[in-house]
Amino acid sequence: MSKIVKLISNNAGNITADSVEEYVKAGGFEGLKKAFTMTPTAIISEVKAAKLLGRGGAAYPAGSKWQHLLEIPEFPKYIVCNADEGEPGTFKDKLLLSQEPLRVIEGMIIAGYVFNSKDGYIYIRGEYASIQKSFQKALDHAMEKGYLGANILETDFSFTIHIMTGAGAYVCGENSALLNSIEGKAGRPRTKPPHLAEVGLFKKPTLVNNVESFATIPVITQIGGEKYLSYGTKDSGGTKLICLSGHAAKRGVYEIPFGITLRDIIYDREIGGGIASSKKLKFFHLGGQSGPCGVPEQLDTQYCYKALRTAGLAVGSGAIVVMDESVCVIDYLKGVTEFFIHECCGKCTPCREGNQQLYKILCKFSDGTGTQDDITLSFGLIDTMTKTSFCGAGQSAALAMSTCLTHFKDEFTAHINGNCPAGHCF
Amino acid sequence: MCKELNQLQIMSIIEAHGKKQEGLLSILLEIQNASGKNYVHEEWAKLVADQLGLPDGKVYDVLTFYAMFSTTPRGKYVIEVCKSTPCHVNKADHIVKILEQELGIKIGNTTEDKLFTLLYTPCVGACDIGPVMKIGEDVYGNLTADKIADVIHAYRGGLSCQR
Repeated sequence: MSKIVKLISNNAGNITADSVEEYVKAGGFEGLKKAFTMTPTAIISEVKAAKLLGRGGAAYPAGSKWQHLLEIPEFPKYIVCNADEGEPGTFKDKLLLSQEPLRVIEGMIIAGYVFNSKDGYIYIRGEYASIQKSFQKALDHAMEKGYLGANILETDFSFTIHIMTGAGAYVCGENSALLNSIEGKAGRPRTKPPHLAEVGLFKKPTLVNNVESFATIPVITQIGGEKYLSYGTKDSGGTKLICLSGHAAKRGVYEIPFGITLRDIIYDREIGGGIASSKKLKFFHLGGQSGPCGVPEQLDTQYCYKALRTAGLAVGSGAIVVMDESVCVIDYLKGVTEFFIHECCGKCTPCREGNQQLYKILCKFSDGTGTQDDITLSFGLIDTMTKTSFCGAGQSAALAMSTCLTHFKDEFTAHINGNCPAGHCF
Repeated sequence: MCKELNQLQIMSIIEAHGKKQEGLLSILLEIQNASGKNYVHEEWAKLVADQLGLPDGKVYDVLTFYAMFSTTPRGKYVIEVCKSTPCHVNKADHIVKILEQELGIKIGNTTEDKLFTLLYTPCVGACDIGPVMKIGEDVYGNLTADKIADVIHAYRGGLSCQR
C-alpha cells in the first residue's frame, strides 16, 4: 500500500498552478467557503483539534498562536506568510509556492478572515525571484475571480496580499527578523517579549506562519480538525512535506502522513528508494542545518514530533539529507559550520564567535592535530551557544555537531590518531 | 552620477516602488539588476536614502547585511555555486574546479572581459538536482563538465538559456 498521502500537494503537477478555474474544479476554495460559514473562534478550535504544529521548523502549535492573536484587542492586524525558505536541504515551500500557490493564498485569506485583517504579506526569499513572479500571477488571477480584493465572495470581508522580497539572509527565516526585513531594515532578530502577536509588523499585532502551515488551513476547515489529525499520529496531526536530498536514490519532495518510520522514508520505493550508490547509509541530517543527525540504528523511529524528539531527533523544516559511507563526518560538519558562519547576523557573541571556534576545532581534526581536549572544549562551546544565543539560529547551530559527537565518537578519535575512516581527510 | 545608471533611471525605480522604506530591498535589487554590473554604487544608494528620507547609514546597513547585494562592480553574469551540504556531498567542490578551469579564474573573482563573476552561495533550494549553480534567476542542476561547458557557452553567446 502506498505510504504517500496527499492533502496539500495533490494539485502539484496536475493542474495549471495559477488557474483559479482548475483549482476550483479540483476542490479549491471549498475550505474558504466553509470558513466563511464559521466564526473565528470555531475555526481556531478546528486548528487546535488538528494539532497543527508550525511547519517552518519551530513546531509551535498554530492553534495557540492564533488564539493569542485573536485575544489582542488592537487593530489593524497583519497576516504574514514566511516564505523565506533558506534552511539547506529544504525545498518544499518552493513546491507549494510554484505549484500550489492558490492553496497558500486560500490559507492566508482564511487567516485574514479570522483576524479581520485587511492586508497580508508574503515574504519570498530573493533567491526565488522567478517564483515571486509566478506567485504574483496567481494573486492577480485570484483577484480577478473575486477571491481577493474588496468584498470577497460577496461578503463584507476585503483582503489583499502583497509580495515582499528577501535579499539573501538565512536569519530572516526567524519571524521577528523577517518582519524587520519587510519593513526595509536589516533582518536582525528582535528582542522578545513583546510577542509578535502584540508588537509585530509596523508595531501592530501580527500573525506569522510558514507557507506549508497556511496551505494546511483550508484542508482543516474543509474536513475538520479531528479528521485532519487522524491522518497522522495522536500528537502530530496530519501530513508533512519532506525533502529528500544528498545520497537518497529518489531525491525530491514527498507528502507523508506522520507516523511512518524513517526507514520507510529513506527506503520505500515510492519515497527515497534507498541509497543512490551501492554504498551503505552512514547517517542522515534532519530538519535543516540547525537540526540533529541520526544513524541507521534509529531508522525504525516513527517520523512524528514526539517519537523523533524522544530519540534526540527532530522534524524541523522537513529536510532529510541522506549520507552514504563515502562522507566524512568531520568534513560534513565543517560544511554545516561554514554555513552558520556565513549566515550569522553578528548580533550576539555566542553564535558569532562560537561557530568560528567550532570550525577551527573541526579543522584541527581534519588536518590531524585534534586532541581529546578539543572534544571537551567543543562540548563546552556547544553548551554556551545553545543556552545563551539570542535567537533560535544560534541556539540550534551546533545541534548537528553535538549529535555527531555522540554518534561518531570513534570517528573523532580515529582522526586524532591520523585515520579518516571515509578516506577523505588524510 | 556614475555612468551605468543615471539619476532619472534610479528615480523611476524608486517611484515604481512607492517611495517607502518597505520598498528598500526591492529598490536596491532592481537598481543592482539594472546596473549591468550587478552592484549598487554608493552614489545611487545615497540618492535612494535621500528619496526615502533615510540616513545613508540605514541604506548602507541593508546593502551590507544581505548577501545578494554588492557595493563593488561584478560581472554581467554572477555564477553562484551552492556549497550547502546536500550539494557538498554530491561533489560541489568538483563543480567549482570545472568552472574555475572553464572561466580561467579562481572562485571569488571576475573574468577579465567582465562577463562572469564566480561565487559560492548557500542553499538555493534545489537540493533534488544538486550539485547546482545559479545564474541570475536560472538554476542549473545535475551538473557535469559537459553541461557546464554548454551553459557557459550559451551565456558567452549572449543567450540566457533555460535549464
